[in-house]
Amino acid sequence: MPIVFKMTWIEFKLLSREPVTLVFSFAFPILVLVLLGGIFGDQTMERGAYQGVKMMDWYVPSFIALVIASIGTISLPVHLSSYRERGVLRRFRASGVSEAALLGSQLLVSLGVAFVGAVTISLLGIVVYGVQMAAAPAEVALAAVVSTFCFAGIGTLLASLAPTARAAQSAGLMLWFVMLFVSGTSAPLDLLPSWMVSLGKALPLYHSVLAMVDPWIGRGTNWTQLAIVAGIGLVATLVSLRVFRWE
Amino acid sequence: MPPVITVENLRKVYGHHVVAVDDISFAVERGEIFGLLGSNGAGKTTTVECVQGLRRADGGVLRVLGLDPQTHARELRRRIGSQLQEAALPDHVRVWEALDLFSAITPGGHDWREVMEQWGLSDKRKASFHGLSGGQRQRLFVALALVNGPEVVFLDEMTTGLDPAARRVAWDLVRQVRDMGTTVVLVTHFMEEAERLCDRIAVMDAGRIVAEGAPRRLVADHARYVTVVFSTDAEDLAWLTEAPGVERVLRHGARVEVRGGGAVLAHVAAALVAHGITPPDLRVELPTLEDVFLALTGHEMEE
Repeated sequence: MPIVFKMTWIEFKLLSREPVTLVFSFAFPILVLVLLGGIFGDQTMERGAYQGVKMMDWYVPSFIALVIASIGTISLPVHLSSYRERGVLRRFRASGVSEAALLGSQLLVSLGVAFVGAVTISLLGIVVYGVQMAAAPAEVALAAVVSTFCFAGIGTLLASLAPTARAAQSAGLMLWFVMLFVSGTSAPLDLLPSWMVSLGKALPLYHSVLAMVDPWIGRGTNWTQLAIVAGIGLVATLVSLRVFRWE
Repeated sequence: MPPVITVENLRKVYGHHVVAVDDISFAVERGEIFGLLGSNGAGKTTTVECVQGLRRADGGVLRVLGLDPQTHARELRRRIGSQLQEAALPDHVRVWEALDLFSAITPGGHDWREVMEQWGLSDKRKASFHGLSGGQRQRLFVALALVNGPEVVFLDEMTTGLDPAARRVAWDLVRQVRDMGTTVVLVTHFMEEAERLCDRIAVMDAGRIVAEGAPRRLVADHARYVTVVFSTDAEDLAWLTEAPGVERVLRHGARVEVRGGGAVLAHVAAALVAHGITPPDLRVELPTLEDVFLALTGHEMEE
């Protein structure tokens, strides 16, 4: 078995032995989704490009993107940089583990966790809020995979640049919280002042949200947004491969 | 056969001024146990980390198995084994999972189950890394260093954290590893370990190699004095310093230590008998590596 799959499998086992590390990735977005559901329950968008769309039909796919963002910008960099801090990466490197195998396994783990998160949020939306099932599940899945690649790349970059696990956590949390408020994942986009929308457009979650929502509500794949998300991921991955530090 | 490792004029500077390794050269032959002996901060770990390609040297030419560790690090790492001084595994990974994973990195290595058995880890195979004692972790790291069937293995303070009995077992295992054809580079600050285990050692102090050779050779070359020890109640021993070969007489209560060269024991014994003193505990203490270290560096080994 190639080493990247073996490492991925062990990482999944480690996650299952310490499930609490998943709490932030899942519990917090779900909590926010429930709160937003309480506020906007059965309302529909009144203005903007998504006028007439049910609020919860917007929120459910966009919260899948939000979970993916939290896996990439918080869980992954904290995990990787604490491995570095403790000397785990040193150990891997001395035995000839390549950057590709290490980062590849992190990406695969992120994809697995993202899948679990996506299913959880979809079920919650469909069962509790009567959200329509994704109009084009395969296209939604494509957007989710590309988003995971993007945020895993950003997370690896954060892990490479942050001096300590604590610094990685602070930077990741800050980025994630800012994105939470300017990407249509809390207040609807049409209620935001224009500077916040501009800020949102400068960050990846905004684009990831649109790429998830459009195929979900039947508007088909939004290739422009998908390309932006993929592009950000590619740049982040290439840069992080250059600046990655084992110790 | 060319040496397995050649180091020529290796230099490593941390920051701008801290010279960790200062222009050292040595060679390690195939099939030997080569020791780097020195205090903490002498530059031993930096040296072996440069040799393994884990650190970039600031100067010098390094060859390990004919490869340059700077440019062929990954290829090299599959053929060498490393037990690092500061390393860890994920807390919840189990012993068998770690061995299984690391053996998979290099196909064609040893069966990890055998290595696990050899290093006494079989009854801990399902234990998590964070539940292992210091000694168990140490044995696991040595096992991980050997699981790929390396041609050269680097063991950095391998017996730290092991109790004396486990240390002896580890020494036997390292000899077995060597007998199977693996060259061993051992970093240690334990005199006894270097003396008993190593075929040759390089003594390092402040970034330099101050002596190199077989432990017995070093003792013969650098510690020419023996110490004659006995007990007596006699008050005045000034006449002892007149005996041939005597360099110095030290007294701690009844215990007397006479340092001298060559045949000093016979001369001291004769002088004692001539003065009517026949101590039943008269004996000679031969110099050890510790005396060599003291003679070469001017200080004792710092733990």
